[in-house]
Amino acid sequence: MAAPAPVIRSKPLIVRHLPYFVAAAILVALAAGMQFDGYVLNILMQATTFSIAVFGLSVVLGLCGQINLAQAAFFGFGAYAVGLGTADLHMSYWLCLLAGCLAALVAGAFLGMSTLRLGGHYLAMVTISFQQIVTLVMINAIWLTHGPDGVSNIGRPALFSTSQGYLAFCVAVLAIVGYIVWHLPDTKLGRAMRAVRDNELAAGVNGIDVFRTKIYAFGICAVLGGLAGGLFAGGFAYISPDQFSFADSIVFLTMSLLGGVASPIGSAIGTGLLILIPEWLRFLKSVPGLYLAIYGLFVILIIRFMPDGIWGFVANIFERWRAKTQAPAAVKPLLLKPAMVGGDIVLEVRGLSKHFGGLKAVDGVDIAVRRGGVHALIGPNGSGKTTTLNVLSGLYKATSGSIMLDGTDITNMPPHQRTAAGLGRTFQNIRLFRSMTALENVEIGAERRGNTMVGQGGDAALTERAMEALTFVGLGHRANELITSFSYGHQRLIEIARALAGNPTLLLLDEPAAGLNSTEKLELHELLKRIAAQGLTILIIDHDMTLVSEAAQHITVLNFGRRIADGESMAVLRHPDVVSAYLGSE
Amino acid sequence: MDLVLQLLFTGIGIGAVYALVALGFVLIFRATNVVNFAQGEFSMVAAYLMVVFAVDLGWPYWLSFLIALGGMALLGVIFNLGVYYPLRHRSFLPVIIATIGASILLANSVLAIYGPQPQVLQGWFETPGIQLGPVYLDSQYLLIIAVTIALVIFNYWFFEHTLLGKKLQATSQDKEMASLLGISVSTMIMITFIYSAVLGGLAGILVAPVLFVSIQMGSTIALKAFAATIIGGFGDVAGAIIGGLALGVIETFGAAYISVPYKDGFAFLVLIAFLVFRPQGIFGERVAEKA
Repeated sequence: MAAPAPVIRSKPLIVRHLPYFVAAAILVALAAGMQFDGYVLNILMQATTFSIAVFGLSVVLGLCGQINLAQAAFFGFGAYAVGLGTADLHMSYWLCLLAGCLAALVAGAFLGMSTLRLGGHYLAMVTISFQQIVTLVMINAIWLTHGPDGVSNIGRPALFSTSQGYLAFCVAVLAIVGYIVWHLPDTKLGRAMRAVRDNELAAGVNGIDVFRTKIYAFGICAVLGGLAGGLFAGGFAYISPDQFSFADSIVFLTMSLLGGVASPIGSAIGTGLLILIPEWLRFLKSVPGLYLAIYGLFVILIIRFMPDGIWGFVANIFERWRAKTQAPAAVKPLLLKPAMVGGDIVLEVRGLSKHFGGLKAVDGVDIAVRRGGVHALIGPNGSGKTTTLNVLSGLYKATSGSIMLDGTDITNMPPHQRTAAGLGRTFQNIRLFRSMTALENVEIGAERRGNTMVGQGGDAALTERAMEALTFVGLGHRANELITSFSYGHQRLIEIARALAGNPTLLLLDEPAAGLNSTEKLELHELLKRIAAQGLTILIIDHDMTLVSEAAQHITVLNFGRRIADGESMAVLRHPDVVSAYLGSE
Repeated sequence: MDLVLQLLFTGIGIGAVYALVALGFVLIFRATNVVNFAQGEFSMVAAYLMVVFAVDLGWPYWLSFLIALGGMALLGVIFNLGVYYPLRHRSFLPVIIATIGASILLANSVLAIYGPQPQVLQGWFETPGIQLGPVYLDSQYLLIIAVTIALVIFNYWFFEHTLLGKKLQATSQDKEMASLLGISVSTMIMITFIYSAVLGGLAGILVAPVLFVSIQMGSTIALKAFAATIIGGFGDVAGAIIGGLALGVIETFGAAYISVPYKDGFAFLVLIAFLVFRPQGIFGERVAEKA
């Protein structure tokens, strides 16, 4: 296999990231070696530990688009684990820290599993409720938590028993966590999180397990909260319930938003500012509520005027000023090698029905799509075409009937598993991941589980495959541009490339010609021919009769949710029932 | 048995308050697809307005009441213009965060002005209540229940039998189509915010004599009301009311028979149970957003 075309990765990872580690080492050395007075030390300790908790928010909120209003509660889990463990039970600090992270993880995973299937406002409310419960327990379960008195005499590891030594340790943890969070967006999991944030439906049909991705994000956030809390407890040796209240969750949220929710650098900036500013404006704290009121106002203003935060604002300017990354070099032509497990029929739909209450949108439909052909599903508006497609790709659950894809029964699978089984699809109303480049979009398609064309699925192979797919649809030279800079017709092509990159067994195209002008339609027709020439089976829905009659060998016609005709193209289009369905009967 | 009846009465009374706030949630959600996390603060602010006028200034109760509701209408306008309207074309996450910010701002501004000490507001009636057989009917609870019933009827009449109500419904179902039919969508959304702020305020004023007037009352009520909407079925008016009443009863019994300090936790447990086992709620509203 030839070496993949380099995109941005020119030097080995270690060399490129060396400056980061050198800077981190210097910071750790400074933290250990400089003489701080107690006040400065406290502020640094707070900033360091809070930053780690805010990193968690940058993962869950910035990367995955899910909200968490209980970060202070997770922070409290870690703090109380270390506090109670070392002070009351005299256990090893390390064990307690680990226990705190685990407790936060378990709580976070449980909350996530109960809520993340639902819309975002559920998550917001449930995390607020959870936060309130945790506070209630901290205050009232005196036998366990010492209640409002809090826990004192919290221990530290022997290795870092001095305040400065402990601070250096915390800074080192911060550097490591920061590194991981910084590079998370470029990993497979990170891309999945961004895809979920940008468009959940499209993420699902591109093979991403949306629910699991959200739980990972939420779990990571909770663990970082727990870790930060554990470090915090060791640093200050005393904790009490009022440090882990809802107000503190809001402080974490504000820090994250102010700095820029999408990046750990932003998190650190936001945290630093919001720890320092109240110190400078101490008089604000003399009136209870005033500084939190100002935080609330800040939240509204940031969301309104600076949605990307301080760092996002700076990074945007930097991005504009920096030259555009040029597109990667030429690549090999795209190869489509659809899997061939089953027999002559790739997709066999039997007695498929989808009822919405009393409405029978799809009612007992049979479709058999032959391998290697272009099969069209047509019908007047409201005939149930798109509903059929949504049932096929798993966005709707079938009321009855069965769907076999290349010998596998996919009737009851969620969308991402159908994709793994070999289904690729595009949407009538384009669903791309809008904050990503064309290349990143197509890479997510290439990551399809079961894609045999990317070897082990390493980054280089994925990039190469994605470039091939983009070049195939004629947009390889613009690979590194953001989706928003493409025309409607080109976005359609990128969506097709995204599906092709995954090397599907069956490609579902939902009205690909809708909204295209006549030149673009001709290009689309050519593209379909080139795809079909490689033996990939296509099931297409469209209104454009010229396209359908020229491209498809086989047509199934739906009307009022029922199949009214099925067979070879020309014969079907002349069928009297079809003519009367489209033109009305006399 | 007597205790059970007594608790049932109290539970329904407190549940009626949750139902009123939940109604405000649902109305805004249906009109804007946004959950307003400051809905509970509307109740809190209205209760403090009552304290200012009826207690501190000693004005007549009815006059203070009208002024407080007027203040809430104004707050609804400001809230819409300042928080929701500038973000109306953004995705739902920024809007949610902005309403949370507004909630923090409102609660802590009141804290900064009034301090943390809870305030006392007496009830509407001089008579504390009536004894009916074994059950003592507190007059404030009776008032709460009566007002809730009246408002539910009014709400039904307003949305189903007036032109304005139909326009509001049209807006909540399809904003673009509504505007093509000549309905001013921004006016309709403004009216929704005013109406739900007044509803929330009313709930706050009614419940204030039963609880204390405190900074936390807003978030506590909002949490319960939100749980009520989920229990009833999200976005469903009848569901919100049933859910609110059910939650009030569960919580009152929980506090009496299980634990008082954890009273506020029961709503959360019921909420989690519903999310796990029946996320669509009692009335089966569809919860997932689809293609």
